Amino acid sequence: MSVLVLAEHDNASLKDATLNAVSAARALAGFAGGEVHVLVAGSGAQGAADAAAKVEGVSKVLLADDAAYGDALAENVAPLVAGLLANYDAFLAPATSRGKNIAPRVAALLDVAQVSEILSVESADTFTRPIYAGNAIATVQSSDAKKVITVRGTAFPKAAASGGSASVEAVSGAADSGLSSFKGAELTQSARPELTGAKIIVSGGRALGSGEAFTQYIDPLADKLGAAVGASRAAVDAGYVPNDYQVGQTGKIVAPELYVAVGISGAIQHLAGMKDSKVIVAINKDEEAPIFQVADYGLVGDLFQLVPELTSKL
Amino acid sequence: MKILVPVKRVVDANVKVRVKPDQSGVELANVKMSMNPFDEISVEEAVRLKEKGVATEIVVVSVGPAQAQETLRTALAMGADRGILITADGPTESLGVAKLLAKVAAEEQPGLIILGKQAIDDDANQTGQMLAALLGWGQGTFASKVEPSADKVAVTREIDGGLETVELKLPAVVTTDLRLNEPRYASLPNIMKAKAKPIANKTPADYGVDLTPRLTTLKVSEPPKRSAGIKVKTVDELVEKLKSAGVIA
Repeated sequence: MSVLVLAEHDNASLKDATLNAVSAARALAGFAGGEVHVLVAGSGAQGAADAAAKVEGVSKVLLADDAAYGDALAENVAPLVAGLLANYDAFLAPATSRGKNIAPRVAALLDVAQVSEILSVESADTFTRPIYAGNAIATVQSSDAKKVITVRGTAFPKAAASGGSASVEAVSGAADSGLSSFKGAELTQSARPELTGAKIIVSGGRALGSGEAFTQYIDPLADKLGAAVGASRAAVDAGYVPNDYQVGQTGKIVAPELYVAVGISGAIQHLAGMKDSKVIVAINKDEEAPIFQVADYGLVGDLFQLVPELTSKL
Repeated sequence: MKILVPVKRVVDANVKVRVKPDQSGVELANVKMSMNPFDEISVEEAVRLKEKGVATEIVVVSVGPAQAQETLRTALAMGADRGILITADGPTESLGVAKLLAKVAAEEQPGLIILGKQAIDDDANQTGQMLAALLGWGQGTFASKVEPSADKVAVTREIDGGLETVELKLPAVVTTDLRLNEPRYASLPNIMKAKAKPIANKTPADYGVDLTPRLTTLKVSEPPKRSAGIKVKTVDELVEKLKSAGVIA
């Protein structure tokens, strides 16, 4: 079975989420000995296409280069994908904000029920996926002839970014739908690693009490560890940090080597976003906090003393 | 402008769900049910647009069991004007619901449809995008700000790296994210008033939509359990443990 993967990219380069999706696609294609192709839809995206061509296991890259695809508007990209899928059995997109925006629109255009955020490929038509914030795992079988799927990145290894030598083929679609236009973006500027790809994450919760406390206590610890900074939904709701810091069911799903939860009680919805981390450290003054039930190492006490001490001793 | 707001009855956000021993699903008997939290944000946004004079009428619609009427009453108590209950027993999938909503939209001719970005039961995050596709409308998903003008709506979206703003031609579909607003609690007088507001009762057959699921749930299981580790007494002990675990240098 042949599988088309939607590349996550910034035109110049490929984002890691693509590599996890390629691994899922290879698992799926493997059930019938098919090929994995990657679609790079963008504007001036030759760089991203060249990077995709080097990914191990990718046999062809489709490059749709048009101003209309530059901002990844779902209204423009979805019809392009739906058209290309005439030649494929399955479409996989990373479960990023971009993939989640585009894939269901593709599914509806093809009259397919999407399978969201798969954790594993069990067979050519059967997948596991989390429901109820990851408190249950459903095994679902799709009866649709074509599959439309989003892939939870943390559940699949990254395909090697080098070693492949796929051809790059230009494709085109209807381009501008006239339904929507891009007006601008305010991206969080940070020298720190990106949350979903970071090896170490330091997250703060409501116990920090203010945005200033994040700057004063969380940031120095993160910088010492070379870590990304995350936050609980409570800290985001309280306005301490922007929403794109949010780790949890309604935010980002992460699985770093080390996750340090500072002043986070461990609500179900937060645990859903980080419980697959390799090592979890919790610092909290409430020794009954649920976060300690998933933490490998718990430290009970005042974060305002313990965090600076930890920062100084690393 | 008329606003259509679809709402879903789901297990309350504070309930810790349990998987049934026979792995056929999660335990739903005697479990508190509520309006999907993202749908509360959608209703609130519609009510605010009406209070600003932008919206003229708010129609709420729910697809689900007969008890979804309670969910519609909650929305009416928050300030929606009338409801449509499309009774569907058995499982519903985003695609089928989107098809029903597209038919409702064709009848009601709303200027804006505001949905929650995902329901907290199946966590699919599909219905709004599918509805927009079926109607051939623009979609502003994961919205943190919604600013309609005469024939357009500017939607600020929560994306992985921060925020982006798109402009959509009206009519359009918007799906709500957490920071769009803080939903109000319905006051007692408004809850009483909501009882007199009309709810139309419909079935999927009335709209000619087949809700037969395309996905079969073979089993539902517990996620792998993570066991609690140890409590360390001091920062020094923590640093030592992390070094021996090899996660820090």
